[in-house]
Amino acid sequence: MKEQAEQRPVLSVSGLDVSFRTLRGEVKAVSDVSFDLRRGEVLALVGESGSGKSVTTRAVMGIVRGNAAISARRMELAGNDLLTLGEDAKRKLRGSVISLVFQDALSALNPVLSIGDQLGELYRTHLGVSRKEARERSIELLRSVHIASAERRIDDYPHQFSGGMRQRILIASAIALRPDVLIADEPTTALDVTVQAQILDLLDELREELGMAILLITHDLGVVARSAERVAVMYGGRIVETGGVDAMFAAPAHPYTAALLASAPSIETVERLEPIKGSPPNLIAPPPGCAFNPRCTHAGELCTKIRPELVTSAPGRSHACHYPLVEIAHAG
Amino acid sequence: MPAKPILEARGLTKTFRAGGAMFGKQFQAVKGVSLAVSPGETLSVVGESGCGKSTLARMLVGLETPDEGEILFKGEPIRRDRALRRQVQMVFQDPYLSLNPRRTVLDIIAEPLDVHGLARGAARRQRVEELLSAVGLDPAAASRFPHEFSGGQRQRIGIARALAAEPSVLVCDEPVSALDVSVQAQVVNLLIDLQKRLDLAIIFIAHDLAVVRAISQRVMVMYLGRAVEEGAADQVLVTPNHPYTVALRGSALEPDPARARLARGTAARGEPPNPVDPPPGCRFNPRCSRATDVCRQTEPAMESRPGLSAVACYHPVASHELAGAA
Repeated sequence: MKEQAEQRPVLSVSGLDVSFRTLRGEVKAVSDVSFDLRRGEVLALVGESGSGKSVTTRAVMGIVRGNAAISARRMELAGNDLLTLGEDAKRKLRGSVISLVFQDALSALNPVLSIGDQLGELYRTHLGVSRKEARERSIELLRSVHIASAERRIDDYPHQFSGGMRQRILIASAIALRPDVLIADEPTTALDVTVQAQILDLLDELREELGMAILLITHDLGVVARSAERVAVMYGGRIVETGGVDAMFAAPAHPYTAALLASAPSIETVERLEPIKGSPPNLIAPPPGCAFNPRCTHAGELCTKIRPELVTSAPGRSHACHYPLVEIAHAG
Repeated sequence: MPAKPILEARGLTKTFRAGGAMFGKQFQAVKGVSLAVSPGETLSVVGESGCGKSTLARMLVGLETPDEGEILFKGEPIRRDRALRRQVQMVFQDPYLSLNPRRTVLDIIAEPLDVHGLARGAARRQRVEELLSAVGLDPAAASRFPHEFSGGQRQRIGIARALAAEPSVLVCDEPVSALDVSVQAQVVNLLIDLQKRLDLAIIFIAHDLAVVRAISQRVMVMYLGRAVEEGAADQVLVTPNHPYTVALRGSALEPDPARARLARGTAARGEPPNPVDPPPGCRFNPRCSRATDVCRQTEPAMESRPGLSAVACYHPVASHELAGAA
């Protein structure tokens, strides 16, 4: 723990704002988001649809589409200042220093190129190796994500693989150049239950092998519990709570985190579920004060007037709530 | 325990012809599946993609015709009888695709009333408004369009439509899997409340074991078109006996960090095979660590065991083995 704390983060984001201009008004998709990702750790960004978790990672990758306005106080990736870096230089970082695994492997792979061509292209363009060497490296890569008889399957096309295999191939292409940071955006959502667990195991294994950091984007608290060390919970475009997985799941400080945990059913016990009333906020006209206040069972008079800032309550833990559920500093 | 089943299916089999690379080949989406559900009871059918659970659901509501087997409502064959078919209604998975965007909520919910000639004019509108309040929506929503509603609200509209013709059985095909976690719980609770109030029998098709635990009394597990385990929900989900159910249970991701970490590295091997080209013998044998020669040759039949769940397996996992594994 101590060593990690002293280490410089491999990815550091501070004060990130992303807004989109739409016909109906400005949508503030991400507001004042800050986080540090340390080498070799898994940080989960958790939230429901529209919470801003995917837009956050796309802003970091520099691949936000549409008429978006992006600003930040700091965005640093492995010693590179992403705010001042030119487009060409940023493109070189993508793939080699930071890469992304999408949810939908079928649409992320090119259907008319063989797997060998798609993986080999990475090595040839980024490392300038020969066709022959690119092919050999691609076979090695497929082995590392446990594709059986890789030397035979290298010439197959994406449709010849099952969903789980395609996700493995997508992961292979993301780690081909041994990036420092892997962003996994709902990497298992489209997969069958038994295959989901296999893919999470694979990500664990590769992280250990390559020492890369993983930014895991998910809506699934089960995925967080299994794979992450730290969590940042997002709601309405803002981070509302951060902390270690164990501490936060055991004693959430923000009522939204608590409500999310309470609404998740468990296999072991049968209790009436406690849903969160209402639905997530409209980001064109978010509620005044805390964005969660209309759905919050603990809301007090401050909540509709003043937006709570994210405050550090204990080492590694912070929350944005006027009336947090636990006084972490004393509990810790 | 409710006694007499209201809906019963016996030996349902459905064969499709494959397209694409496997063109011309036949595959059995569902083979010899039987089930029964009583008023006030929920039977969940769980399994991964390709296991046949959706085809089973579609046969139960009459959207597919079984090749073999029969469906009985209160002991009577349901096939061509419209009045009986009305008693079994469906809630679909995707609340975005299953509501016609160009029709008002009034017309969407009233469709079963129109089809079966149950209500017209003022009575029709009044019934729709009743249904809207029953599913927790404002009756004034009747004159609005689907796009004005969130995913959870749309699923409520889908449930209201399914209830319009006053069915006794609701078949729900993955009704909450497209919804956010916080909203999922709202819809699950709504179904539980409606079931109590209307004494509904529910067949709940799902892949999420935790959601299934919250809503069902009994669970049936399917793998590649076959039923492999069936029994009381706590038995099947907490102390599963079929090796496939054990694997499903081990792969389930629970929001409990200590338990979830224990499960790391224990994922089931392989993936569900292509249903067009299933393995001989027990269909789970290539992925099963307990498989022996008999499993590779002869398909096991479903056997009921007193006090335990019914399984189709030569080597069921005993509960003491589970405790050791966890």
